[in-house]
Amino acid sequence: MGRERGIEVENLVREFRKGPRAVDGIDLRVEPGEVYGFLGPNGAGKSTTVLMLTTLLPPTSGTATVAGYDIVREGPQVRASIGAALQEAALDPFLTGREHLHLQAALHGLSRKERKRRGQELLERVGLEEAADRKVRGYSGGMKRRLDLALALVHEPRILFLDEPTTGLDPQSRSALWAEVSRLAREDGVTVFLTTQYLEEADVLADRVGIIDRGRIVAEDTPEALKAEIGRPSVEATPAERSERDAVARVLGEFGEEIPAQPGAVAVRLSGGAAGLADVVRALDRENVHVANLRLDEPSLNDVFLAKTGRSLEGAGEDEDGEMDEAQA
Amino acid sequence: MGGFFQVAWAVAGRQVYKYFTNPAFLAPALFPLFFFVAFAGGLTRVGDVPGFDYAAGYIAFQYVWALLQAVSMGGAFTGFSIAGDFENGFARRLMLAASNRYGIILGYTIASIVRATMTGTLVTVIALITGMPISGGFDFFGLIALALLANVAATLFGAGVAMLLRTQQAGPVIRTPIFIVLFLAPVFVPLKLLSGWIEAAARLNPFTHILEAARGYLAGDPTNVAFAFTVSAALVFVLAIWAVYGLRRAEKAG
Amino acid sequence: MRGSSFITQVLAIARRSTVRTMRQPAVIVSALLFPMMFFSINASGLDAASRIPGFPADSYLDFAFAFPLIQASLFGAVTAGADLARDIESGFFDRLSLTPLRPVAMLGGMLAGVVALGLLQGVVFLTVGFLMGVNIDSGFFGMIVIVLLTVLVALGFGGIGAILAIRTGSVEAVESAFPLFFVAIFLSSINLPRDLIEQDWFRFIATMNPISYLVEGIRSLVITGWDFHALVLGFGFAFIIVVVSIGGAAASLKTRVA
Repeated sequence: MGRERGIEVENLVREFRKGPRAVDGIDLRVEPGEVYGFLGPNGAGKSTTVLMLTTLLPPTSGTATVAGYDIVREGPQVRASIGAALQEAALDPFLTGREHLHLQAALHGLSRKERKRRGQELLERVGLEEAADRKVRGYSGGMKRRLDLALALVHEPRILFLDEPTTGLDPQSRSALWAEVSRLAREDGVTVFLTTQYLEEADVLADRVGIIDRGRIVAEDTPEALKAEIGRPSVEATPAERSERDAVARVLGEFGEEIPAQPGAVAVRLSGGAAGLADVVRALDRENVHVANLRLDEPSLNDVFLAKTGRSLEGAGEDEDGEMDEAQA
Repeated sequence: MGGFFQVAWAVAGRQVYKYFTNPAFLAPALFPLFFFVAFAGGLTRVGDVPGFDYAAGYIAFQYVWALLQAVSMGGAFTGFSIAGDFENGFARRLMLAASNRYGIILGYTIASIVRATMTGTLVTVIALITGMPISGGFDFFGLIALALLANVAATLFGAGVAMLLRTQQAGPVIRTPIFIVLFLAPVFVPLKLLSGWIEAAARLNPFTHILEAARGYLAGDPTNVAFAFTVSAALVFVLAIWAVYGLRRAEKAG
Repeated sequence: MRGSSFITQVLAIARRSTVRTMRQPAVIVSALLFPMMFFSINASGLDAASRIPGFPADSYLDFAFAFPLIQASLFGAVTAGADLARDIESGFFDRLSLTPLRPVAMLGGMLAGVVALGLLQGVVFLTVGFLMGVNIDSGFFGMIVIVLLTVLVALGFGGIGAILAIRTGSVEAVESAFPLFFVAIFLSSINLPRDLIEQDWFRFIATMNPISYLVEGIRSLVITGWDFHALVLGFGFAFIIVVVSIGGAAASLKTRVA
């Protein structure tokens, strides 16, 4: 049931009583089955946008439809179609993981038998079967996040909202969560709207990335396209012997134009993109040229952010007022 | 920083400064005032019970308890303050800097007395507004002396607990015993009109004797004051040892 | 996916409230212990008051028995309100809002927890009171009515706690209301009957204070037996408080949830 699985946003605005607009007229479109990454520093407006799209906060102006339903006029239908794991893992420390799932399932109308089955299934899916009957108070940050995700999936939503899902997690938990999100999108066809301040996360998970800064979208495309817009990747090779420098330069020169490099090294801009690195290695090998060091430099999404806003993404949000405080009001 | 009195003076000065920058320093008077209003307002007819012959009237009867409660709670609050100073790290710096650490205890005690003077005045003013008469023969200094001793005792108790626990957990551990001591006493009627288990408990409670003597002073009819002062002095002595014990433990913990 | 029925929702939330309270033994113990302790000290300390000319009971213990019941209801209500505020603060409330859970069902579930605690307190206090020598003039049936009225009072206070929680969304704000309620209890006829309050201003406040009538309703069942007048006033005020507070809470919920 339901019309589509996508998200459409038109000129969405959210103002608060004091201060500038948290969300200043954004337009975006997420295709069904897509993983859309919303990337920006703290205070950029990511969480406020998510709160509006999940109907927890009314917009000041603008429209949006989620799963084909209008967020203002068809709130209950929107909520029935989405799952959300928001910034704070909102859990009850006195309940066990299993009890959380049963409660969620009960509220979504699953029968007693279905609750047990679904609860067990989700616990296994997120790897919490062992801890299922322990109180959440004793869970680590990673475990809470996983439970959060499981709770969001209880009613098999078509669209999933994840607000900074891996902030504060250790690398293993982060990878595990990434794997699950990818799987959900690929195998189950779930549309994922994900906000993050981590470049890597957006790069790895998202099909398309929207970069938001100070309430506005400053760039939107696939990660590769965004980076390519800034510049092509380059390769820098340091010859094993000084004498081989010319040979290295000759080989590399076939893959693109030469650019400034470190003293003693040779660098070219790869006209064929980052995949060309493998060809470079093969060519060097074929010509029997030895290198002490070979490095691939790609522009990062941070470079994209820098180019668009004049600021670096890392540390960009520190002087902003925490927008979450206002969002909770 | 050097010397017992210099340390005490510095600590007291800082603490008193904190009072004047934060009007919440009068908080210890809040519950006593509330109880005073509730009891002196609602229970005056208890003064009609046969055998209740307190000369100064029921309001004055309640006032004395409210006053002693306020100064005792003031001591407790100083304990909270010390616990807070341990939590935010100030106490450690203080102990490192102070040449004579006993002076720290004295300093907090002095500050507590300063506060007790102010909360005590507040309670007294409220009582006067409510219509408490000052009958002739009022022995001012005796009453004040007992109140001060009660304050010092409570402060020393609170300080000891605070230095022992060094966290905000000290709060309930300080507050509850003081509360119990204040209530297991002739709160509503004189000791001779109590019966049953509460009479036995009140008799054993040293605070009872301080309370009764203080009430006697207010009515101009001091009774058993020597005993009351002895008990107070003993309490202060014992609790001073307790406070020093707490200090030693705090020192050892570093 | 289909939604769930109203009853299912209320039961699910009520179950959670109850489980959560049961898992905090410290809360239960203080909810039962402190009122009893205070009652014990108060009652024996004021025993002499029963000798005031015109005092309506033989023992002050019987007279003051309403006190722990009222105080305990208040405590239960503040705790439930604080729990709701904590849910709002932690975002759990948002999570629940995203389910088909109807706001009124959420309120109903939370209040069901208050009622359950109120019932427990009523039964425990009656038992302890009986052991302490309290004599209920209205007999066994009167005890049931006492529990009923206590639960109603708990419900009313619970509604007020809910309003505070929903309006402020802050645990600290709700808990700081506790002293105010405590004061309100004392500015009533809880310690002495209204006609034995000498100070005019105090008697006036006590007469205006609805808590006086709640107290007198319960008290009448203990010391008088069946006093129709007192019971009508007691139940009447309890009902009014319940309707106003729960209505207010439901209305406040509507403004918080889209």
